Amino acid sequence: MSQHLPVLQVVVPLLAAPLAALVRRPRLSWLVAFLAALWAFGVAVALLHHVLSVGPISYHIGDWAPPWGIEYRVDQVNAFVLLIVSGIAAVVLPYARASVEWEIENERIPLFYTALILCMTGLLGISVTGDVFNVFVFLEISSLSAYALIAMGQDRRALTAAYQYLIMGSVGATFIVIGIGLMYVMTGTLNMADLAQRLPAMEANRTIPVAFAFLTVGISLKLALFPLHLWLPNAYAYAPSTVTSFIASTATKVAVYMLLRFVFTVFGAAFSFDVMNIDRILTPLALAAIVFMSLSAIYQPNVKRLLAYSSVAQIGYMVLGISLASVFGVAAGILHLFNHALIKGALFMAMGCVMYRVGSVRIEAMAGLGRTMPFTMAAFVIGGLSLIGVPLTVGFISKLYLVRAALEQGMWPVAVLVLVGSLLAVIYVWKVVEVAYFRQPIGDGSIREAPLSLLLPTWVLVLANIWFGVDAKLTAGVAIRAAQTLLGVGS
Amino acid sequence: MSSSLAALPVIPPFAIFFAGALLAALLRGRARKAVLILAPFVGALFMLRLHSGTTWTMGFLGYELVPLRVDRLSLIFGWLFHLAALIGNVYALHLGKDERAGIQHTSAMLYAGSALGAVFAGDLITLFVFWELLAFTSVFLIWARGSERSLRAGFRYLVVNVLSGVLLLSGALLRAYRTGSIEFGHIGLDGSLAAWLILLAFGIKSGFPLLHNWLTDSYPEATPTGTVFLSAFTTKVAVYALARSFAGTELLLYVGVVMTCFPIFYAVIENDLRRVLSYSMINQIGFMVAGIGIGSALAVNGAVAHAFADVIFKGLLFMTMGAVLHMTGRVNGSDLGGLYKSMPVTATMCIIGAASISAFPLFSAFVTKSMIMSAALEEGHKWLWLPLLFASAGVLEHAGIKIPYFAFFAHDSGIRTKEAPKNMLVAMGVAALVCIAIGIFPGTFLALLPFDVAYVPYTVTHVLTQTQLLVFGILAVAVLIRTGIYPAETPSVNLDFDWTYRRLGAAVVRAVGGGIRTVDLAVRSAVLELVDTGLGFAVRGHGPKGALSRTWPTGSMVLWVAILLGISLFLYL
Repeated sequence: MSQHLPVLQVVVPLLAAPLAALVRRPRLSWLVAFLAALWAFGVAVALLHHVLSVGPISYHIGDWAPPWGIEYRVDQVNAFVLLIVSGIAAVVLPYARASVEWEIENERIPLFYTALILCMTGLLGISVTGDVFNVFVFLEISSLSAYALIAMGQDRRALTAAYQYLIMGSVGATFIVIGIGLMYVMTGTLNMADLAQRLPAMEANRTIPVAFAFLTVGISLKLALFPLHLWLPNAYAYAPSTVTSFIASTATKVAVYMLLRFVFTVFGAAFSFDVMNIDRILTPLALAAIVFMSLSAIYQPNVKRLLAYSSVAQIGYMVLGISLASVFGVAAGILHLFNHALIKGALFMAMGCVMYRVGSVRIEAMAGLGRTMPFTMAAFVIGGLSLIGVPLTVGFISKLYLVRAALEQGMWPVAVLVLVGSLLAVIYVWKVVEVAYFRQPIGDGSIREAPLSLLLPTWVLVLANIWFGVDAKLTAGVAIRAAQTLLGVGS
Repeated sequence: MSSSLAALPVIPPFAIFFAGALLAALLRGRARKAVLILAPFVGALFMLRLHSGTTWTMGFLGYELVPLRVDRLSLIFGWLFHLAALIGNVYALHLGKDERAGIQHTSAMLYAGSALGAVFAGDLITLFVFWELLAFTSVFLIWARGSERSLRAGFRYLVVNVLSGVLLLSGALLRAYRTGSIEFGHIGLDGSLAAWLILLAFGIKSGFPLLHNWLTDSYPEATPTGTVFLSAFTTKVAVYALARSFAGTELLLYVGVVMTCFPIFYAVIENDLRRVLSYSMINQIGFMVAGIGIGSALAVNGAVAHAFADVIFKGLLFMTMGAVLHMTGRVNGSDLGGLYKSMPVTATMCIIGAASISAFPLFSAFVTKSMIMSAALEEGHKWLWLPLLFASAGVLEHAGIKIPYFAFFAHDSGIRTKEAPKNMLVAMGVAALVCIAIGIFPGTFLALLPFDVAYVPYTVTHVLTQTQLLVFGILAVAVLIRTGIYPAETPSVNLDFDWTYRRLGAAVVRAVGGGIRTVDLAVRSAVLELVDTGLGFAVRGHGPKGALSRTWPTGSMVLWVAILLGISLFLYL
């Protein structure tokens, strides 16, 4: 059984998805989804443990040896990503039950869970596979289900947001498949390891840089790199709370993983950075994202939209780390991948609690919630501190690594901009805190604390923010080893 | 005894207080009171387990953290903070069912724990963490007053203290970068930026001249019980940090002398008696800073001893003023007077505190301050000894006479009230006992100090000099009050240095900000114009929000994709 773990990671949730639709009873379909997420989390933990103790796993689907058959390949990098995706799913699903029952009509709930599991399956599939066409297939699975999930939002604008995401996501996916196609034409292979071997011989050929350009731009769109982020704020703001919590902490992270995989494993760091100089594009855009998107976040009247802009800025931090192309830089990017999933998961879940009780997440609706919903707002405050990067939270660890990586290369201005981003984060987090704690509650005083089924999962993530902020040995250790694997040094 | 002690695990003192804070937050009524009283005792029990040399280390991101480092310097501050927490907690017991009791008790426990964490920190990163926690946990003691003034003062307090922490972290990281060590030991001014940043951070918290305004601004705005805690911890942690890292730095000698002198003038004319005490606090810290600046074993001993004594007698004075505020709702000199009739015990306590701070023989400051003064003479700083002497006379005037005189005697204000609650009296009594005990039996206390230096406080010369100073000081004040020359207590606002940044600075910022806004608007509209005409976008008609934060039509999103692909291809090919 243990040697089949890589495929079980994907197949079991894939089968659970239609099952959730077939049972037709909301509670039962939730149970199916929850069990699928737990299963995926268990498998991911086992995989990470195996990879860390034994080494990378190569699994051949149907026993067809690569490069002809499809290979699932798990190393430190994607074992970590699998853990993030399945872990967030396992925390979000207990939260989903009450939140979804409140936000979505009963008869659509089984379909909702079907789409949610499919989305998770797609994200897990992208992460686990070692085959570039497989990446595209899973990307489409996750994206199509994500469009459907977002469209289920209560707000009418959710529909247009989903439509825009659909168009943009499809453009991105098309770019990716064009890139893959060009590579296939040139090398005749779709296996990542095989591609990595064959591509260096063809670097002189113009088709390869074109493939590289299509792939990186397509992936940049999926990961919402500034200025290709325009689909993201509305999609996050108007989607159901559960969907925002799940997608915000996983979907863009998996896209960042795709960037890592293609840039470092398939094309190789030497080609991407020394020949293509991809950092000339990534670094300025990442810095622009950090500064401009944090500024935009300050002016948002809707807290979910505010957090969405902040997400684009945070993606800037990850891409910035990657664009430094040093072990520390890439490790900082990977570390922030994990840490930001915890941060935004906690923050969006806290906003889901507010939505559940207040029915709005506009800033003025937060008035006095510090008193009426103390645990929810405390969760928001701690998540916010982590977002800012206060010591003893995960945000601090990420920024510390990033600043260290920038200073290592003597890039003082970059380090300063990273800190400027933190200052801007202080402002937009403070805006919410001020209204929640220093304004009188509005309304008739009927607002109560959110139910435990919402609070507990939220606090699990909040405590994880502190836990991994105090004891960063596991996360930072894995991130450093993953970065070494990607750069092909040390380990 | 020692064998049964050895069975206790070594627990960092802050952990016990944080656990106590958690219990204080969860429990109500008698159970919470029990926790508040017992926690310092439990902490003290575990303190017995700590000996010089006990250290804990742990690796963190490539640095060696030392969350627990015990030596004689940290031990005496450890005992001091346990005592201060006990006194403060007892003093606050009457809060009981008050609406903000929970937040105050919890905050006070966390605050005391943070102070303990800071003094037992063995490296600068750990110190930084507790340094910031000091600010974040204590600000609630100010906010709990619940007034608009206290809210604003609390924010200013928070900003300054967090800034101090940021400076400390910057200094620590720079130092780690330069020397590879984050040890919290002797640093000294070696001309590096790192050392200056760290000194500035310590200086802000200990109230250096021109950096002191946060203290006199916020402490008087806290709750009656909150000020007692505030006066005990933040500044003393800073004094401890200075003693550890900058002992013998000559600059501190001059800074200390200035600190002892300038607050006297403000204290004389100030009307809010708790603000008078805040100024007096800076004056007392000045003696400590000067002692640290002298740097000899006797001087540092003196600074530490004076910090110990100051926490207790300044706490006692703040407690008496807190009791007055609690019972009458007023604490301005002009509103009070004649209270000795209704609050005789509190008045007695206040006089004991006043005698201690003025260094009457047989009271605590007589022993501790004279160590610093003697050290100044021993090390040949004659010209600095004189201003210190002047400052001592000033202490007598503003804290020793003014506080008890205007609150409890002077003209009868007609206020009739009852004696303060029992728990307050008990807390004041304990503090008064400690003041007298140190004054009468200095030997036991002096043995606890970090350095082994023989010192005899009660010599004929010393007792005579001090008594003369005091008698003539009292005489002078008496004459001044009799003849009406003494500045009368009038409700007024005294301008301190913070006017420059709170009024002048704000005006400058507004003016500059306005200028930037105009320029910014012009630039932005010009750029928008450019985008508008140059690219032919229909930028207008998309609402008042900025170009970056509104919803874009799908077509323009795709355009961006095309642009980025174009740029990529251009760069790659």
